[in-house]
Amino acid sequence: MNINLTLFSQAFAFGIFIWFTVKFVWPPLLKAIEDRQKYIAEGLAAADEGRKSLDQAQDRVGVIEAEARSKAVDIITAHEKRAAQIIDNAKERAKVEAERIITHARETAEIETAKAKDALRREVGRLAVLGAERILRREIDSKAHTELLNQLRDEL
Amino acid sequence: MLTPTSYIDHHLTQLAKPLGDSPFWVVHVDSLLIAVLLGIVGLGFLYTVVNGATSGVPSKRQAFVELAFEFVDNQVRSIFHGDQHKFVAPTALTVFVWVFLMNSMDFLPVDIMSRFYERLLHVHHFRGVPTADVNTTFALALTIWMVMIYFNIAVKGLGGWVHELFCTPFGEHPALWVLNFLFNVVELVSKPLSHSLRLYGNMYAGEIIFLLLGMWAATGMVGTFFGIVLGAGWAIFHILIVALQAFIFMMLTVVYIAMAHESH
Repeated sequence: MNINLTLFSQAFAFGIFIWFTVKFVWPPLLKAIEDRQKYIAEGLAAADEGRKSLDQAQDRVGVIEAEARSKAVDIITAHEKRAAQIIDNAKERAKVEAERIITHARETAEIETAKAKDALRREVGRLAVLGAERILRREIDSKAHTELLNQLRDEL
Repeated sequence: MLTPTSYIDHHLTQLAKPLGDSPFWVVHVDSLLIAVLLGIVGLGFLYTVVNGATSGVPSKRQAFVELAFEFVDNQVRSIFHGDQHKFVAPTALTVFVWVFLMNSMDFLPVDIMSRFYERLLHVHHFRGVPTADVNTTFALALTIWMVMIYFNIAVKGLGGWVHELFCTPFGEHPALWVLNFLFNVVELVSKPLSHSLRLYGNMYAGEIIFLLLGMWAATGMVGTFFGIVLGAGWAIFHILIVALQAFIFMMLTVVYIAMAHESH
């Protein structure tokens, strides 16, 4: 155990090593680590922000969905009403049309009946005249009889 | 003729180079060379890793260095209250890395290394463990001691420190000044002594035990076997001592510097 110059040379070396670490080793590593810490903190904050905005978006989506649903219900109700109205209108129109058709048909039928009656009357008249002609073939003033028969036909 | 005395003597003699007439002007070339080499290797490794350090995803090598960094940083933070990044923490890292590497030289088998040094450097005596040389541990402890005194004066002022020397820990009464001062002198002297001798004693004793176990080989085959088994056991236990002593030396460094920052 002899103390000698080695002590001072080692102390000198030690001083240089401390200086080197203080100056060149510690700061860059500290900076790298602190930068990473900051980066991670920012990342976490961003994730938090993202989650928050997602929540907000989901809230908004819920509101919009409710709105859309109520609007859809409104539209459906309105259209159902409108459809009912259209059907009612159509029914109304159909009824009117049907009545019109029925009236028309009745009128036509009446006209036809009148016509048929007329024709029948004429036919009956003709047949009567023909019958009378055949019965009274002889001395009959055809003209006077015809007039008589015509009178009769009109009465029929 | 190889005797136990000459064997141990051979291993415990420094490679000393006298630079003057008095025994003080001697340099232990082995301690100095290995210590400086290990310092350059250790800090150089840190420097290269740190220079390419990224704040993004770190490489495995960077992660390893960051592990050491965080370890030292956490230890310092628990003891020192102030801006540790300016001086205390880097110093602690230096001490830890350097002392750990110097202690680790103890893992290398003494006799093989002795042969190696002899072939490589053509020297007969060469001790490869710088911390088993009291000069090295005193150099470290005294440097820290002077740093401690520097901070004592820098933080409290010269007057503040002198006041502390005379008025603590017992009280400010003039009758207690001498007692206080004696107490503080004992503390001041004991700090570097315990700091350096703890490390030196552990490493020196470890080395001697390796040598004693090595001497088993002189007793024949059975002795050689015992020497191997016991040497392996001691080497495994020594892993703990090497790391623990480096850690203790670093912690004391931090504690001493932290104490210099705190006034009583």
